[in-house]
Formats: sequence, C-alpha cells, structure tokens
Amino acid sequence: MAESPVADSPHIVIENLCFRRGRKVIFDDLSMRIPRGQVTTVMGPSGSGKTTLLRLIGGQLRPDRGRIWVDGQEVARLSTRRLYALRKRMGMLFQSGALLTDLSVFENVAFPLREHTDLPEDVLQTLVLLKLEAVGLRAARDLDPASLSGGMARRVALARAIALDPDLIMYDEPFTGLDPITMGQIVSLIRRTNQSLGLTSVLVSHDVAEAMAISDQVVLIAGGQVVDAGAPDELEARASDWSAQFLQGRPDGPVPFHYPGSSYRDDLLGQRRDD
Amino acid sequence: MIDAIASLGRSSLNALEVFGRAFVFLLRVLASLDVVLRRFGLTVVQIHSVGVRSLLIIVVSGLFVGMVLGYQGYITLVNFGAAEALGGVVALSLVRELGPVVTALLFAGRAGSALTAELGLMKTTEQLSAMEMMAVNPYRRIFAPRFVAGFVSMPLLAAIFSAVGVMGGYLVGVGLLGVDSGAYFSQMQAVTDWNEDVLSGVIKSIVFGFVVTWIAVFQGFNAQPTSEGISRATTQTVVISSLAVLGLDFILTGLMFGTG
Repeated sequence: MAESPVADSPHIVIENLCFRRGRKVIFDDLSMRIPRGQVTTVMGPSGSGKTTLLRLIGGQLRPDRGRIWVDGQEVARLSTRRLYALRKRMGMLFQSGALLTDLSVFENVAFPLREHTDLPEDVLQTLVLLKLEAVGLRAARDLDPASLSGGMARRVALARAIALDPDLIMYDEPFTGLDPITMGQIVSLIRRTNQSLGLTSVLVSHDVAEAMAISDQVVLIAGGQVVDAGAPDELEARASDWSAQFLQGRPDGPVPFHYPGSSYRDDLLGQRRDD
Repeated sequence: MIDAIASLGRSSLNALEVFGRAFVFLLRVLASLDVVLRRFGLTVVQIHSVGVRSLLIIVVSGLFVGMVLGYQGYITLVNFGAAEALGGVVALSLVRELGPVVTALLFAGRAGSALTAELGLMKTTEQLSAMEMMAVNPYRRIFAPRFVAGFVSMPLLAAIFSAVGVMGGYLVGVGLLGVDSGAYFSQMQAVTDWNEDVLSGVIKSIVFGFVVTWIAVFQGFNAQPTSEGISRATTQTVVISSLAVLGLDFILTGLMFGTG
C-alpha cells in the first residue's frame, strides 16, 4: 500500500479522490501527482475546491473516497501522532496569514520552534532572525500582527511556515489582494524559497499571470476533476476551449456568462403574461 | 401542522447534535489536561486573563450586594428585635446562594463572553487551523489551559465575592445602622456551619465554574466563522450560562438542603 519515498517519486499522489460538503460535490474522482522539488500550481475558478484540496492534503479533512499519499504515507489513515509528525514537515501559508494575534512577529515565527524543539534561547533567536531576514522583515520583529499590511502578514506567515525547514510548503491563494509591488515580492519569495531550500511547493491560485510565471507544473481543476495539466507553455499551446477561456480570462465561452436557468425570452414573456 | 411538528423535530435533533458535539469536545479537552501540569505557564496566563481581570467587577459587585443585604436584613430583623443576627443573615445568604450564583452570572458576562469571542475570532482568522497545520494540537495549546483557568478561577472569585460582601454588610450594619460589631461577627460564627453552608457554597461554585467555562469555550470552538457567528456565539454563552447556572442552582440546593 505505502510507496517508499524515493527521491524522484512524486511528493504527493492523489488517486480517485471524492469529497463532498453536504450535498455539494467538490471532487469527483480527481487524480493528480505533484512532483518533488518543483512548484506546482492548482488553478481553477472560485469555489472549485482549491483550498479544500490543501486541507485534504494536510489531513484536516478526510476524503469520502480515494486516497492521498504524502511522502509515501496515506494521510487519512495516519494516527494523530504520525499525522502530526508528517505535518511538522509541511508548511502551510494561509490566505490571511493566520498569525497568532496575541504574539509579536518574532514570537509568531518562533512559535513552531518553541512548540517542537528544545533549542536554547540564543539559538532560537538566531534561527528566527534568519527566517525573518529571508522575508525581509527582520526589523519588524517587535511589531504586532494587527499593525501589519496584508502582504507583510503573508511574509511573516511564510517565515513561520519555513521555520521548521519543511520539505513541502502549501500556499493558499498567495497572490490575492496584493498591490503590484507586494505581489512581486511574494512571487520572488516563493520562487526563491523553492530554489534555496529545495522543497516542493504547492500553490492554489486563480491569478493566471503570476501562477504561470512561477510554476513548473500547472493543474487546472473544474467541476471536481482535473481538466488539464502540464508545464505552463505547453498548456498555453494546446489548451482546450475551457482552459483557454480560463487562462485568457474571457467572459464568455464554455463557462457561460449567464447563470444557468430558463431562457431570457421565456422569462420576459412569462412575466408579461402574469400581468 | 405537519410543518410545525417537522420543525420541532428538526430543532430538537439540532439541539441534541450540538449537545453531543459539546460532550465530545469536553472529553477531548479533559483528555488533554496533562498539558496543564507539563506547561503550567500557559494556564497561569489564562488564569490572569480570566480570573484576575474579573476581580474588579467581582469585588465591586460583592461590596454592593453585601451592603444591600445589610440594609434589607436590618430593616426586617429590627422588627423582631433581632438586629444582632444581621451578621448571620448576611453571611448565610452570601455563602450559600448569592456568592456562587451572582459570581457565576457575572463571570459568564465578563470572562465567559471574552473567552467565546477570543476563540471564535481565532477560528475565524484561521489561527486554530494554522496551529493544527503546524502540528500543534489546539486542544492542548488553547482549549485545555483556558478550561482549567475558568474552572479554577470561578470558586476563588466566588469566595472573594462572599468575603467582600460580608465586609459590605458590616459597613452598613455596624458602621451606619449601629449593630454591635462583636455581635455581627459572633452571630456569623454561630450560625454558619462549615460543612452545611460553606462547603455547599464551594461545591456550587465549582459546578458553576465548570459549566460556564465549558459553555464559553465550546461556543467559541463551535462558532460560525463569521463576524455574525461570533456575536451570536457570545450572546449564546451569556444566555445559556445564565440559565444553566440558575437551573443548576435550584437542583443543587434541592439536593443539599431539600431533605433537611
């Protein structure tokens, strides 16, 4: 059942994943592989379950059917202790940053280290400053999370996510709601983090330009299934109708502009008849 | 008609489901309690925010409740020429009833609502989720210390409330209305029984502390992650806690004094 984590085996394998929330089907037989050491972006329209996918990978949700392996371990079958051990090697960057509001920037980055290691205070301090320097916020260490801008909060969260030197990092909508400069900073940080630490990066996003620029592999999902997958240029070259509409942001196409319903003509005529 | 029955059934099922979840939540918190001994610092911080910060409202309320008891007790007792018994009346009312009950109601309003709002906000801003993803168990890191802090603080606050109330009664009775100072305290000593009165009050305050903190922490944990959800959960904490305290007080009083 368990695949051994060989260096060139995929980091994450998802097979026949089915997941529903209430009556709404989020994933219907979805399969994908996420290669080790690369940047993979999962793209799809809002509500296509991108964030849910990250939670399933992190073991916060359980699939209704199908399996997810991370590093050769099947996530849903792990005991709490082993799941936590696995999570120590995963970093996750939430869209809001999800910084702990009662701790300073420094203590937020120090948090996973304090919880999971017994490092002496001076070593811990050095480590935290290293991580903060990597995201350019060493001087902001004493600030309160409430006083940070959205972009800064995300950078602190990134420093926190890499504090334990994970080998997988997941980004939930890292580009949403940022000004162009901050956007550029985050893009280069993600790329740089991936290269310098040699970790596997998984992004979910619907910002096409940034995601295409940054990724080694792009997976498009819609309607609970993988619609298309491949390297960005490859994908642009042979995109299906749906993918082309998504990647170029056309308002109408296979995904209709109008919410599905009865025809406009019938609706108007029907209304007149009622009068 | 059928609709009414169906909706009654639905809401009872919902209520049962919430109660079940609250119970599972409680079991999980109880299973994480060893963290309190291992990392006592976490609990101390919470005792400060739940208990110490409630001190002002408890002391002030205790003083006024005691003073009013002094007045009311005197007015009634003096008719029977028993004004010296004031100390006993004030102490018994406080230690048996008003201390635990009023403290629990104030505690629900001050500390319980704050706990719910804090936890609800942590949930809404994904802090709890982020903690889980950092392999930190929120039951151990967040819920258990808060639960213990509330459970420990509430009986202490009730004791302080009663002590301050006795002094309030003294101020009015002895200072203002001229009851004999010695009689005030000797009467108090004579009629207040350790097991019957003080201990029963302490047991009440422990039960109330447990229930109010359970409700407050669970409501925060269970809040819908929206601003509307937090406000609803906070209101629920105060309403449900208050009703639970008053209902339980009746039951406990019946159990303790009913057969006598």
